[in-house]
Amino acid sequence: MPVIKVEDLSKVFGRHPERALKLLDEHKSKDEILEQTGNTVGVNRASFEVEEGEVFVIMGLSGSGKSTLVRLLNRLIEPTEGNVYVEEENLATMDKESLRKIRREKMSMVFQRFALFPHRTVLSNTEFGLEIQGVDKEERREKAEKALELVGLDGYMNQKPGQLSGGMQQRVGLARALTNDPQVLLMDEAFSALDPLIRKEMQDELLDLQETMQKTIIFITHDLDEALRIGDRIALMKDGSIVQIGTPEDILVNPANDYVEKFVEDVDRSKILTAEHIMKRPETVDIDKHGPRVALERMREEGLSSIYVTDRRRVLKGYVTADTASDARNQDVRNINDILNTDVPTVDKDTPLNEIFEQIYDSPVPIAVVEDGKLLGVIVRGAVIGALAGENGVTTENA
Amino acid sequence: MLDFMENVPQIPLAEGVTWVTDTITDIFSFIFEPIQEHFGSFMENTSNFLASVPPIIVILLVVIGAFFASGKKFGLAAFSLVGLLLIYNQEAWEQLMSTFTLVLISSLLCVIIGVPFGILMSKSRIAQSIITPVLDFMQTMPAFVYLIPAVAFFSIGMVPGVFASIVFATPPTVRFTNLGIRQVSEELIEASEAFGSTGSQKLFKVEMPMAKQTIMAGINQTVMLALSMVVIASMIGAPGLGRDVLSALQRAEVGSGFVAGLGIVILAIIIDRFTQSLNTSK
Repeated sequence: MPVIKVEDLSKVFGRHPERALKLLDEHKSKDEILEQTGNTVGVNRASFEVEEGEVFVIMGLSGSGKSTLVRLLNRLIEPTEGNVYVEEENLATMDKESLRKIRREKMSMVFQRFALFPHRTVLSNTEFGLEIQGVDKEERREKAEKALELVGLDGYMNQKPGQLSGGMQQRVGLARALTNDPQVLLMDEAFSALDPLIRKEMQDELLDLQETMQKTIIFITHDLDEALRIGDRIALMKDGSIVQIGTPEDILVNPANDYVEKFVEDVDRSKILTAEHIMKRPETVDIDKHGPRVALERMREEGLSSIYVTDRRRVLKGYVTADTASDARNQDVRNINDILNTDVPTVDKDTPLNEIFEQIYDSPVPIAVVEDGKLLGVIVRGAVIGALAGENGVTTENA
Repeated sequence: MLDFMENVPQIPLAEGVTWVTDTITDIFSFIFEPIQEHFGSFMENTSNFLASVPPIIVILLVVIGAFFASGKKFGLAAFSLVGLLLIYNQEAWEQLMSTFTLVLISSLLCVIIGVPFGILMSKSRIAQSIITPVLDFMQTMPAFVYLIPAVAFFSIGMVPGVFASIVFATPPTVRFTNLGIRQVSEELIEASEAFGSTGSQKLFKVEMPMAKQTIMAGINQTVMLALSMVVIASMIGAPGLGRDVLSALQRAEVGSGFVAGLGIVILAIIIDRFTQSLNTSK
């Protein structure tokens, strides 16, 4: 069951939203609607579901409506139309009191410019959520300290936020959001205001934390690299509409339309594409059945200079090269075991391309992709270069 | 051009206002009279009490207070010491205490009245559009005009003086409170709401603390205006340094007028620096 379910959620800013909604039905564009009614379409009929423990990234350029969308999820902005279900309860229609309860107990938010209260200490900022709920001093202090420890700021409890660096301030923001122990974490461009090195550090840390916390995270960003890095699934927005929802690979490999394609064009593919994407079906010989002759024959047929050797269950044993096989044939060696080279370069199927680079550069043979000892495929140098250039399933016009 | 106006009789505006004032005086006399009586004697007592404290103790307290309020610097402390001693030397100590009482009580009431109105104004666009012109009116109407209904309601003395001061001095507190709250960054408001604050939690835990500096600047203005009203209020019998200024004016005595005026300036500077340092400290 999804933790959050969004159905046809729309937001129109302006005086006559109903007129704008009607025009949306007629598939008029955002600009046309602005011209005809003076209304701005913030979010246009967004629908998606987020599963428990998932990191769901909403990505788009500025003005795409992503920040509006995330604020509709906790109703900081009132939806014009549509529903937001948080564990079956419809947030869009509930009364103020129930809404407050959900905000207090189920959802927390982390803000782009941290939104820390400058007049409070780090500890007191972190306690804020619990203080609002009327939790007693001892308990909230204890929980806040724990949260600060989690983000590595336990030494700074009595400082004011203004005394901390940006990265540290956002850690406080994160700690504040975690203190309530919410199920859902809304992160609005949480790392966008940080410089690149710190941003990367925070992304890693978030992923580490997520491994133990298993929160449902909705993460807003305009940075595709960030989205691809931390998202389990990504929703791409343009002009208030969701253009595509999918896993990072989906979006890269099968862009839904020109817009998405353009968007992903400049992505550093080496970080996103994995071994699985570029491996080929391997040519192999069977260690129990085949000898050097067969191996040599196969290599000749396929035009290879080496070939992998497996057993009947495709468990990788090693490889033989054409040179050794040919020598073996000449010396009449029958058993392939005698010429087997077991020093095999392997990667697993989730290894990203950028880690394969060095290995493939040093390796005399194609790299073996293995899972539980079984050979799934091989990667040749050409495939790596091809993938980086946008071939091999990853299509872009300019490639 | 205005020929057609000749047929329009003069609107009895002045008569109308007089009638309204008279009516209010009549109807609410049961409120005004006890206020005049009890509040008047309360102020009298406060003033007398302050005057009964040996001046040297008051001066020492002010000097020590000035030293710490200004962040352990000697400037304000030294100024307070010399200034207050000078006033004492000019035998204007009692008047100083009366004036101080008047300013203190007026300012307190201004803040008590002004801050809630400022909050109301910041929360409601309708309230803002009603209150803004009222504040403009209060600030631009010559201060002397307030003295007339003040006398009608509360007779003469300190109480009508306080009344006139409140009318004249409250606007900055209202305006700055409104401004301060409206200036709180949108993201902080969102943060407090996202964690499930109620309206009053948002106000007291976020908006007011964030607006504090601006509100304090408004209060500082209010105190200064209340002080400037002191001279005017002396025309309806409010005691203090203002009365000395007024009587010097009536007798064309430049010297004694200057001395009383200097007393007001000294008091103004001390109060101003005190309220400002309340704001900047921390």
